[in-house]
Amino acid sequence: MNKPVEEINRHTIAVLVDNEAGVLARVIGLFSGRGYNIESLTVAEVDAHQSLSRITIVTSGTRMIIEQIKNQLRRLVPVHKISDLTLDGPHVVRELALVKVAGTGDKRDEALRMADVFRARAVDATNDSFIFEISGATDKVDAFIKLMEPLGLMEVSRTGVVAIARGGNPL
Amino acid sequence: MSHQGTLNGAEILLKALVDQGVEVIFGYPGGAVLPIYDELFKQNRLRHILVRHEQAAVHAAEGYARSTGKVGCVLVTSGPGATNTVTGLADALCDSVPLVCFTGQVPTALIGNDAFQEADITGITRPCTKHNYLVKDVNKLARTVHEAFHVARSGRPGPVVVDLPKDVVQAQGVYLAPAEAVSKYNPQVKGDPTAIERAAELIAHAKRPVFYVGGGVVNSGGNACQLLTQFVRITGFPITTTLMGLGAYPATDPLCLGMLGMHGTYEANLAMHDCDLMINIGARFDDRVTGRLNAFSPNSTKIHIDIDPSSINKNVAVDLAIVGNAGHVLEDLMKVWRAKQYRTDEKTLKQWWGKIEHWRARNCLHYEPSNKIIKPQYAIQRLYELTKDKSPYICTEVGQHQMWAAQHFRFDKPHHWLTSGGLGTMGYGLPAAMGVQVAYPDALVIDIAGEASIQMNIQEMATLCQNRLPVKIFILNNQYLGMVRQWQELIHGGRYSESHMTGHPDFVKLADAFGAVGLRTDKPSEVDDLIREMLKVDRPVIADLRTDASENCFPMIMPGMAHNEMVLGPEDKAMEKPGSEDDGMVLV
Repeated sequence: MNKPVEEINRHTIAVLVDNEAGVLARVIGLFSGRGYNIESLTVAEVDAHQSLSRITIVTSGTRMIIEQIKNQLRRLVPVHKISDLTLDGPHVVRELALVKVAGTGDKRDEALRMADVFRARAVDATNDSFIFEISGATDKVDAFIKLMEPLGLMEVSRTGVVAIARGGNPL
Repeated sequence: MSHQGTLNGAEILLKALVDQGVEVIFGYPGGAVLPIYDELFKQNRLRHILVRHEQAAVHAAEGYARSTGKVGCVLVTSGPGATNTVTGLADALCDSVPLVCFTGQVPTALIGNDAFQEADITGITRPCTKHNYLVKDVNKLARTVHEAFHVARSGRPGPVVVDLPKDVVQAQGVYLAPAEAVSKYNPQVKGDPTAIERAAELIAHAKRPVFYVGGGVVNSGGNACQLLTQFVRITGFPITTTLMGLGAYPATDPLCLGMLGMHGTYEANLAMHDCDLMINIGARFDDRVTGRLNAFSPNSTKIHIDIDPSSINKNVAVDLAIVGNAGHVLEDLMKVWRAKQYRTDEKTLKQWWGKIEHWRARNCLHYEPSNKIIKPQYAIQRLYELTKDKSPYICTEVGQHQMWAAQHFRFDKPHHWLTSGGLGTMGYGLPAAMGVQVAYPDALVIDIAGEASIQMNIQEMATLCQNRLPVKIFILNNQYLGMVRQWQELIHGGRYSESHMTGHPDFVKLADAFGAVGLRTDKPSEVDDLIREMLKVDRPVIADLRTDASENCFPMIMPGMAHNEMVLGPEDKAMEKPGSEDDGMVLV
């Protein structure tokens, strides 16, 4: 009896946690210990008054694995709320990258033109380099970085994905 | 000097323990916890059992917790004291045993400096505890202790570590009563009413049903076990239990098919394979139970009742999931059953039972008796017959003896069977038995052991003797790591790599050296006398039974095989079929 091959899908999961020592280690340890993927992970405090942090995780797996991931996260004591943004409906996804490009002449002009097309902002410049700041969905950032490769791409720093559901309701 | 209204951290800790209903602490002192031991010395409300190794302290607390339903309590020092608890904590996590383990820690100012006896124990124990805490402020100590107990016992129970830096337990702070320490951790205990109604409907229409019951029902308490027994009898359905679920339903009842899984009974496994409705209550579709997943109960509708949402759809996709405490859900289920005046279909049920009785008639636990050599199954059967009136607590180590005990000792009551199921920890039984005997000083507590397992925590004989705990250790001594030898014989071409041990101590002399009583026999005719003698002694006993070294534990589902591919005995041809490695099933 052969099982049908299960589709692997990418999910963006938002997790609201107590901002306490070790909480990120718990989340990461859960993923590494159980062999789940982390494609992107961001974390920062979002409510200083209640001391809450928001973790955004992009992961991929079969339907059963994604369900497991969410249930395992819910089991952690410092976890308040979880939302599978991919399942729960329309949401906004953003990522920010700082992209260092070095070059002169035509390449330099072309880099600047492309940055303009992508609405990337130059946040630092020297005679032979730029640092561009670009934000947007992951594929847009990917596309920009790919374009910069032949134009003297030196270094990239990305934040990873942050995401939030559309509409007026909070997590 | 204590200021007005404040206590030192150690006093706060002990006060919190008393308020949490703790009566016994299993522990071992050391530098970082000296202030706590100093306060322990000054009081008489908390009893401390001094173990000989910290791993044993945790297993003893597990034994105490599993037999009483209370939260076990452990106190150890920093560094090696704390790291020694890791196996016990992992064991308690796998088997959902509620306990709180307090570990000493170097003073906060030294944390991270590689100080003497420093270990990052919250880091080390994160994956093997339900939750853990490092207390850095004495004013948060009481709240943390209360929350630790709450977390340990709520939802799916488990072990919690509280790490206590030495300066925190010496500082002055304010106490907080349990009622004031409200925790936001409140797992769901009541099942979804719609799902419960659907379950009742499925149960009423089942033609070939089976209850598959695990340790979750035992953990839910005696009341849950009674509700289960009532409901199973109302339906007249067959029931099989996991290793951890033994005792949740009376084993001597005709509806009980015994244990299922790798060494489960023929009738239980075939009922699971052929059923049209599986009602899983408090079990987790463990690989030792399911066998090959893609051949697991292929044609059944599956209901899964579990307190832990992450147990649902983990290994086996189910048709109806009910998240909740087994006791609560069973109560609601029976209410619906009565309100809707459901009846099971007796005619089809009778046909189903006809099939089951046919399987049962294979008498799968049969073995070749001998009057020359002690068969391990015989020893367990005699132990059962001669002790069943005394309602004994049976602990085990891990291996063949454990499976024979599960097969041949029959448990009619919950909380009387203590074994390391999930982690499979050799060395669990003796300290667990110690914990049970502390909880029930007058009860008969027996550790069924192998000669190898028992040596993993044999040092605890001294704890038994110091505390006058008359635990009976019943060793089935076959001179081999029996289960390893069995797998080597059946799977690895008879190459007995490192599974034969010589150089064992003389267990009779060893018992004597500890101040306990040693008994030995190698004759089947003397087994009864040995057991009677063992029961007569009111001191710890090591009984060394020399058993048949070549005996294997059957029935057996070979790794990678399915429920309907059991091997019933050495003569069975099914054994020659190779295991399948498809479906990503790792052969372990």
